[in-house]
Amino acid sequence: MQFFLEVLIGGLLSGIMYSLVALGFVLIYKASGVFNFAQGAMVYFAALTTVGLVDSGMSLWLAILLTMVAMVVLGLLTEKIVLRPLVAQHEITLFMATIGLTFFVEGLAQAIWGANVRALDLGIEDVPLEWLLESANIAVSQFDLIASGIAATLVILLAIFFSKTKIGRALRAVADDHQAALSIGIPLQHIWAIVWAVAGFVALVAGLLWGARNGVQFALTFVALKALPVLILGGFTSVPGAILGGLIIGASEKLAEVYIGPHVGGGIEGWFPYVLALLFLLVRPEGLFGEKIIRRI
Amino acid sequence: MLYREAGQFKATYVEDSEIFPIRQDKFGIALILAAAFVGIPLLSVAGILADYTFTAILTPFLIFALATLGLNILTGYAGQLSLGTAAFMAVGAFASYNFMLRIDGMPILGAFILGGLCAAAVGIVFGLPSLRIRGFYLAAATLATQFFIVWVLTKVGWFTNYNSSGVITAQKIEMFGYTFDTAFSKYLFVLSVVTVMALLAKNMVRTNVGRSWMAIRDMDMAAEVIGFRPMRTKLLAFAVSSFYCGVAGALFAYAYLGTVEPEGFSLDLSFRILFMVIIGGVGSILGSFFGAAFIVLVPIFLNTFTGFLENTVGIGLPSGISSSIELMVFGALIIFFLIVEPHGLARLWQIGKEKLRLWPFPH
Repeated sequence: MQFFLEVLIGGLLSGIMYSLVALGFVLIYKASGVFNFAQGAMVYFAALTTVGLVDSGMSLWLAILLTMVAMVVLGLLTEKIVLRPLVAQHEITLFMATIGLTFFVEGLAQAIWGANVRALDLGIEDVPLEWLLESANIAVSQFDLIASGIAATLVILLAIFFSKTKIGRALRAVADDHQAALSIGIPLQHIWAIVWAVAGFVALVAGLLWGARNGVQFALTFVALKALPVLILGGFTSVPGAILGGLIIGASEKLAEVYIGPHVGGGIEGWFPYVLALLFLLVRPEGLFGEKIIRRI
Repeated sequence: MLYREAGQFKATYVEDSEIFPIRQDKFGIALILAAAFVGIPLLSVAGILADYTFTAILTPFLIFALATLGLNILTGYAGQLSLGTAAFMAVGAFASYNFMLRIDGMPILGAFILGGLCAAAVGIVFGLPSLRIRGFYLAAATLATQFFIVWVLTKVGWFTNYNSSGVITAQKIEMFGYTFDTAFSKYLFVLSVVTVMALLAKNMVRTNVGRSWMAIRDMDMAAEVIGFRPMRTKLLAFAVSSFYCGVAGALFAYAYLGTVEPEGFSLDLSFRILFMVIIGGVGSILGSFFGAAFIVLVPIFLNTFTGFLENTVGIGLPSGISSSIELMVFGALIIFFLIVEPHGLARLWQIGKEKLRLWPFPH
């Protein structure tokens, strides 16, 4: 039972990290209908830039601040150069454009900072929580807990931002109906620029946490692939869906790896979330919280 | 004036149902086939084309064109976005390998066809979700195919004949006592297969099967109302598309790489083929060839270009950076192409035809 709890908690905590990446997807998809495959590359770019700046002698906070600026600029440029000319194109075309962007951003990050694996130290130690280990004999990483705390805070802040502020309401209006939003005077381009900047910020946070956990390396871009089953499970347009989906995927993935994995040769983490999400979709085609599209006939 | 169909009358049903009904098209296709089957071999015999041209450019181009064709049938004609192309290719390659290995006297073409059929069967199974979900949900779901199949091929030793490193070495391509072992003969083999399958595809998309795919793509509800069965139509699209991808995968292993591991059919390959579809033109047979040519040629061109820069101007980049810059240029080119011509290279050809029809008159 203890072992089960340990695996479950570890899974849930890594699930929150998945949600963090998935959140970046959801933000952009909600506001502009673009399925931004480059989110993973943005995570990598952000982490690598921060580490690169720190390694060149900057303090951590200044590096994060500068990276933040770089991410916002990257987001704004993407919106202006890539997406604006492609407005009203088919969504597959937009999706392909973001894959092109993925290549570009990955190449850019490596051209500037090199392709070596770098360590990122956020000053949080990756040790089990002592009091929990002593009282219940369950090992829960302190780092995971703090990372999840940061992720949860970010999610709550974003939720408040979306529902309470003027910009947030404008974002939701745009997501609902582009033309209606335009007709009541919401500046579409500004909104998209803001969304891309926010997505860049989310990518930065995800990149820092993931980078500190696993080292800043190219494999960071695959985090995006982990976020996809979270998205299909939770629904592409739902922030709570991304969070709940992340928790489900994280927990079930770890449990499956530990309990089913040994019987079938291991390494099932790679596809299990997808199959789970797929089976789930067969029951609810729009995900947990996705917009239900009613089709008669 | 050059491309004008006026005055070409069809007097019989046979004439009316030809694959290329217009004289200019017939002539063009004949010219291309003659160039591919006769012209290039002549050049090769004359020693103008090195083996490199075949192994690095022409053969991969044809194989990728076939895979692109397969994906184009699914994505372009039936409207089902898929990111699992490489998995279907892997099924084709590994199934062909096992048929050749385990059945004595298996003809190579038979193994390819059976491999393709295996891929088709897998395609039907993984196409089932398309009945319930659509769009990006489906695309993300097809990733399950990609990861699951590569995992199965890696983990189950039987598929690789218990090779310790999980690599298969493709058998020789032998037909009628002739062994296709030179780069040139492999090219001719691939060319023959691709020509036949491309013509079949060209024919298929204008029959009722192809039209039912397009009906489902354009509006599935309306298609259902006028009597197309969505389940049959979609699954047929998955099957045919996977068959093409499977044969392409078998060719990929047999005529291009020789030895291949499951990891060789990675998500990257799937994306590359999707790029070929988008850049070539969604829903166009000809576009598949354009797209494959573009994606195969761009890296080679970039390589040559950076080499040229290094040799002449002396701006040598460290190898790490030059590969990153290649990545950047590749990405930027794709974005550029999508912005300039979102309907792909096939659309450019259409515009060109329109121009040729009017030329030299302005209207």
